Order: sequence, then structure tokens, then C-alpha cells
Amino acid sequence: MKTEKLVGHGWFPQAATDAASGPDSLFYFIYILSIILFIGILFALGYFLVKYKRSPKNMQATGQLIHHPLLEVAWTVIPFILVMIIFAWGYRDFLKMSIPPVDAMELRITGKKWLWQIEYPRYGVKTVGEFVVPVDTPIKLIMSSEDVIHSFFLPNFRVKRDVIPNRYTRIWFQANREGVFQVFCTEYCGAGHSEMLATLRVVSNEEFKEWLKVGSSGGDIPLPQLGEKVYTKYACNTCHSIDGKTGVGPTWKGLYGANRVTESGSVKADDNYIRESIINPNAKLVKGYSPVMPSFAGLLSDREIDAVIEFIKAQK
Amino acid sequence: MSNEHGNYLTNPKGIWSWLTTVDHKRIGLMYLLFVAISFALGGIFAMLLRLELFFPGQQFFTAKEYNQLFTLHGAVMVFLFIIPSIPATLGNFFLPIMIGAKDVAFPKLNLASLYIYVFGAIFCLASIFLGAVDTGWTFYTPYSTTTDTSVVTMTMGAFILGFSSILTGVNFIVTIHKMRTKGMGWFRMPLFVWSLYATAVIQVLATPVLGITLFLLILETTVGVGIFDPVLGGDPVLFQHFFWFYSHPAVYIMILPAMGIMSELVTTFCKRNIFGYRFVAYSSIAIAIIAFLVWGHHLFVSGQSDYAAMIFSLLTFLVGIPSGIKVFNWMATMYQGSIELKTPFLYFLSFIFLFSIGGFTGIMLASLSLDVYFHDTYFVVAHFHYVMMGGTVIAFLGGLHYWWPKMFGKMYSEFWARIACLFIFVGFNMVFFTQFLLGAKGMPRRYYNYLDQFQPLHAFSTVGTWVLGAGFFIMLFYMLHSLFRGQRAPQNPWGGLTLEWQTSTPPSVHNFDETPIVTGGPYDYGKEDAHV
Repeated sequence: MKTEKLVGHGWFPQAATDAASGPDSLFYFIYILSIILFIGILFALGYFLVKYKRSPKNMQATGQLIHHPLLEVAWTVIPFILVMIIFAWGYRDFLKMSIPPVDAMELRITGKKWLWQIEYPRYGVKTVGEFVVPVDTPIKLIMSSEDVIHSFFLPNFRVKRDVIPNRYTRIWFQANREGVFQVFCTEYCGAGHSEMLATLRVVSNEEFKEWLKVGSSGGDIPLPQLGEKVYTKYACNTCHSIDGKTGVGPTWKGLYGANRVTESGSVKADDNYIRESIINPNAKLVKGYSPVMPSFAGLLSDREIDAVIEFIKAQK
Repeated sequence: MSNEHGNYLTNPKGIWSWLTTVDHKRIGLMYLLFVAISFALGGIFAMLLRLELFFPGQQFFTAKEYNQLFTLHGAVMVFLFIIPSIPATLGNFFLPIMIGAKDVAFPKLNLASLYIYVFGAIFCLASIFLGAVDTGWTFYTPYSTTTDTSVVTMTMGAFILGFSSILTGVNFIVTIHKMRTKGMGWFRMPLFVWSLYATAVIQVLATPVLGITLFLLILETTVGVGIFDPVLGGDPVLFQHFFWFYSHPAVYIMILPAMGIMSELVTTFCKRNIFGYRFVAYSSIAIAIIAFLVWGHHLFVSGQSDYAAMIFSLLTFLVGIPSGIKVFNWMATMYQGSIELKTPFLYFLSFIFLFSIGGFTGIMLASLSLDVYFHDTYFVVAHFHYVMMGGTVIAFLGGLHYWWPKMFGKMYSEFWARIACLFIFVGFNMVFFTQFLLGAKGMPRRYYNYLDQFQPLHAFSTVGTWVLGAGFFIMLFYMLHSLFRGQRAPQNPWGGLTLEWQTSTPPSVHNFDETPIVTGGPYDYGKEDAHV
């Protein structure tokens, strides 16, 4: 299934939650007020420019009005009332979006350079880059970071919150329709910032239960194909190309069997080396690269690691 | 118009006389040169990074180079260009003349500010070659304490530049208090002077906080004192509070002098006394004070408490109102005026147009629920460019075209100046209005790569930078032409009443041949005996 497009639905991406009506209608309220006021400003400017243009007949100003109490009170009090309405409206919806219902399903989100890891504590399931939730169910995300500050942004749900090391932040949402939705990282976090994406798949309750059972493991897919899936799902592609281009990490093209030069010597990239580099990336770091890769220990099953090795083998 | 001392440009002669000058006018011009170079540099960075964004994926730069480009664009534009822009150039040049003084209160300190600025700028520029910073101009921790780029050199530069800003602020405050000529009461001061006063107050009170913050950051990166980095027991969000405690008031350091210029432009080109002088004057001070209490609106999604967010949102709305009323005051000043559509007034009109859009979108961003959505998207990028470039830079250009004849004694080509203004106005809207659309559709800022569906909007925005750049190129050419081949400027080409128009062009070394005595308000158009 393809991720739903963000463009092409007016100002905002199409909402996937009832809560979006709060901020969306506030936006249109301010938008329409602004357009009315802006047209008023432009009209006044245009009128003054034509009417009071300097000309032989109008070399001096015809009046020197410097006070008009009624006008001044009006243009102070009316904007004040309007912004107070806007303030209260914004705060009301902000609170609604901040306080999750008590029965919300809890998910743990961990951000690290440059992937999103999602854990379902109630079900003992863990995924990376793609997560699945049931429709019409309140979902609460408890988030923290393993390195720098990230920010978890779900445009279709109008929610966003920074993901901070050594602290938990939370957001919640409730999907009102099924679909596949975009997740962005919106706090700048380095070279892979714009690749730190994920998808949220909203499915029916039955599908969700089914997914919990089989979806998170690889099933019966042949190893190289599974490896290809892992390559994108776990965001390996953010740093490792398969076309020979140098990225944040070394390319996988022609990697298998090659000699790797590290600070302390040279090592052959065989199955064991690759496995070690996935579990403990900094053990034998190739010269010229920064130690930024996170460990995938506990994230990838043994079968998935095998699959990655097979996939790398295939990149000749 | 010669006189016993001769004009300040040629008396005394020689490079050395410029480098050791304590004349506020010469110092203002030297600042103008450096600030213009910084703007060109920051602009080139901007055009390069927009070029990279024409298509998604890699075009010309790697991800890291792109990150360095947008960081340098921001840091150069903020620290080297926009903060000193109006106060240190036009402010330095005209503040003493406008209050009838011979110079600022501490001329040598003024020269010291310039040298400190140059010294700080050298650090900032050196950092480009020592592994250019890739943190964004905001230096958020713990990214900034863990990256391998030259964060220390760049922040050291910004730290040093801060002292230049503080000293200029102190100088202006004392000058305004102590150096006003006979009859120049507080409420006879031109509004540009009022705005510089409010700006100076912020410079003096807020800049030290930035200095301390950057110093703590340097301590953490070099010695490992744990203040912001959680690994060392620090709190990364603390950095954001410290940083914005300065950097939000700094937004008003940028915009208040621009508002001051607007008051000068509208009165002179409409031959009108300003509508609501006291309100415009006091609101600068009010804005300067409230400006210190709104920093938290940069942290609505950073996990600060919901109540803190509520207070910051409320105060942000309150600080917006005086700015809005000022716009109404300027427009009311046009009423029954005699409006001359010269280039500076075109910039006045551009400002009203662009700053209004900046203001409306500011209201959207001050609303808590909407800011959650817009935060760190292109919507915010577009908003602050509408305020900073559509506001400050446009007003700066308006002021530059307004005072240029007085500063250099030469006129520029009115025709080409209008063409350039048109290019800048159209190009600017192409670049940044598009970014409102991108942001509203969810496009996050500081993205090297982006989803294919955003490509048409990104490409259009990039084309806009070419139009905008062309406008500035035209300006460069007619300004240079004016300097070398321009027609002699009359003493008072626009018929202004403030004191700078009453002295010779270019002004003499001591500004006035006789100390002026002020007998009326600064904009007493329509009175036969309008002051002096």
C-alpha cells in the first residue's frame, strides 16, 4: 500500500482524525479574517495613493489629522477581542490534544539517528520504520531519544512533539479511517534528518490482531527478498547505498568478501564481520567513517540478520 | 555646500584617517560596507541551498554540505547582517544628527564596537574553513555538542559579536539621554530615534544572556562541564530556554529600527505629521519590554508544561497588537497627505504588504493548536522571512534609498531603483509565499531530501530566488553608478523636516555649522515655521 499523498487537499493534508477539526477550523477562521483585513488594507492604500497623489493641485497635505479617538479605540479593542478568541480557541484544542484518554493503547517510540523504533509493550512486539495501529482506538505514544533531539510529526493527525534524550514526552491520537500515513522527523538531527521517515498504517481491529501474530516477523519470504525489505524498513538505505555511492556509511555494492580497512588493520567482510557490524557497529569501524550507526541488537531477528547478509551478498 | 570643515567623506583624506576615525558617520559607512558584504555572502548561501532543493535527492551537494549551507546562511544573516544592519549603519549615521549632536556620546567606544564586530566576523568566517558548522544557526544541544564541526569557533564569533552589539546599545542610550540639542525634548525626537532607543535597551539587557549561553556551550564542548548534554547530566531543553531568552528579543532588535524607518518615510513622502506620535513612540518601548516574556513560544512542542505554553501564547498575542496598531497609524498618516511615490515610498508600501502577511501568519503561529502543526515546517520559515526580510530588510532598503543622497551627496537612478524594487518584491513573494503552501502541507524545514510530491513547489521557490537575486544585482549596479557618476544631491531632496535634512550634503565633519535649536515637533508639516 502506498503512503497517502500530503498535497492536493487544499491547505492541509487530508485529516485522519476527528481532532483535526479543531486546528483546521481555527486556521480557516484566522485565514478568512486575515483576508478581509488584508483586502481592507490594500484597498485603503490604493485609495490613498490615488486620491492623495502629489500633483500641482496637491503639493501640500490638505489635513494634518493626528488623532481620532474613536478610530484608535476601535483598532485597538477589536483586534484585542479577536486575538483573545483565537488564543482561547487554540489553547482549548491544544489541551485536548495534550491529554490522552486513560484507556489509550500505549506505544513506546524511540528516536535515534536516523530511524524510528516502535514497541508495543502490551504485545511484546517491536518494529522499525513502520508501525501499525487499529482504527478508532486512542493511541498514546511515549517517546524518548537515544542521542540528539528528534521530533515526531504526523501531518494527517496534526500532532507533533519533540523526542528528547533522558526525558519522556507523549502525544496521542485516534485515527478515524484506515490508510497509510507519513511520519516525519521535524527536529534537525544531522546528515540523515530528511531520511528519518516512517509510516503509520491504520488498519481494522481484525487486521491489527493478525498483524501482531505474523506481520512483525518475516514469515516465509525467501532470505534475499526479506533482506531487501529489512534494508528499507529499518532505514539501512538512509546511510548505505546499493549503487556504489558513498553515504554516511559505506555502500553495500561489492561489499561482501571485500577487504575492509579499519583503524587497527584490515578485515574481510564475511558473514561474521557483517553480523558483528550489525550487532556492534563500532567494533571494526571502516576508516573514514564516523561511529554513528546504532546497534541493531534485539531489533533484528536472527533470520532477518541472515537475510541482510544474503541481500548484501547479492549486491555485486 | 562647503563649509569651514568640509564634508566628512573627504576630510581628512586617506585610508588611515578612516581606520582611526571616531566620526559616527564614517563608522556607520564602514559598518554599511561590512553588513552589505555579509548580506551578499548569506544570500549566496541561500541561493546555493535553494538550487540543491530544485529536485529531491542529491544534486550538487551532499547532505552534510547542505546542512552546512543552511546553517551558514542563518548564522551569517542573523549575527553578521540583520542584528547590526539598521542600528549600526543608518542608526550610527543619523541618530546623532537627528538629535542635533556632533557625535555619539562615546565616539571611541563606537569605533571599538566596529573593530569588535570585525574581530567576531573573522571568527565566524574562519569557522567556515575549519569544518563549517552543521547545527542550524540555533546550535541546539545535544546535537551541537556532539557534531564534529567547528561549533566552538562559530559560537565564539557570535559571543564576540555580542559585545559589539552591547556597546553600540550603551552608546545609543547615553547619546539619546545626554546629547540632545537645545529644545530637543523626548517628544520632539524623530520616531526613528525612539525605535533605536528601544532597540538599544534590548541589546543591552538581552545580549549578555546569549553570551552566557554560548559560553556555557563552549565550556561543555571543550571541558565537558555537564549543562545541556544529558550524557553529562545536563538538560538539552535548558539550552533552548536560554537561547530564545535572547533570540526572541533579538527579533525585536531586528524589527524595531525598521519600524522607526517606516515612520520617517511615511511622514516625509506624504508631507504629513505622524498619526499618533505618542502611541508609536511608547509602543516601541512596550514591545521592547514584552519581548522579554514570549520566548517560550519557540518551545510549544518541546515538552514544556501546558500552563507555561498557555502563558507564552497569551503574551505573544499581546505583543502582536502594538505592531498591528503601528501599521494602522502609518496608514492613517497617508490620509489627506500629499503622497510622492519615490523609491523609498515604494519600499514603505512593500513593507506594509509583506509585514501584514508576516503578522497574520504570526497570529496563526501564536495559536497553540496550530503551532503544534506548523512548528518546524516551511510555514515557520516563510513566516519569519516575511517579518525579517519582508519587514527589516525591506525597511532597511527603504531607509538606504531615503538617506543615500544625504550620506554620499549623490542621487541614484530613480528608474532602475524602481525596477529593482519590483524585482525584489515579486521575487520575494515567489520564494516565500510558496513556502507557506509547502509548510501547510507538512514539509519539514532543514530537509536535504524531500518527498517527490513537493517538487513543483520547491522548484518554483528556487526560481523566485533568481528573480530576487537579479533585483539585488540591479541595485548593486545603480548604487555603484551613483557613487561614481551620480548627480549631485540637493541638501533636502525629499523635503524632510528632521534635522539631518537641514544640514549640508554630505554633512560636514561636525554635522552642523551652528548647533541647531529645536522649536517644534519633528513632523510639523503644514506649519509655516516648522522647526529649527
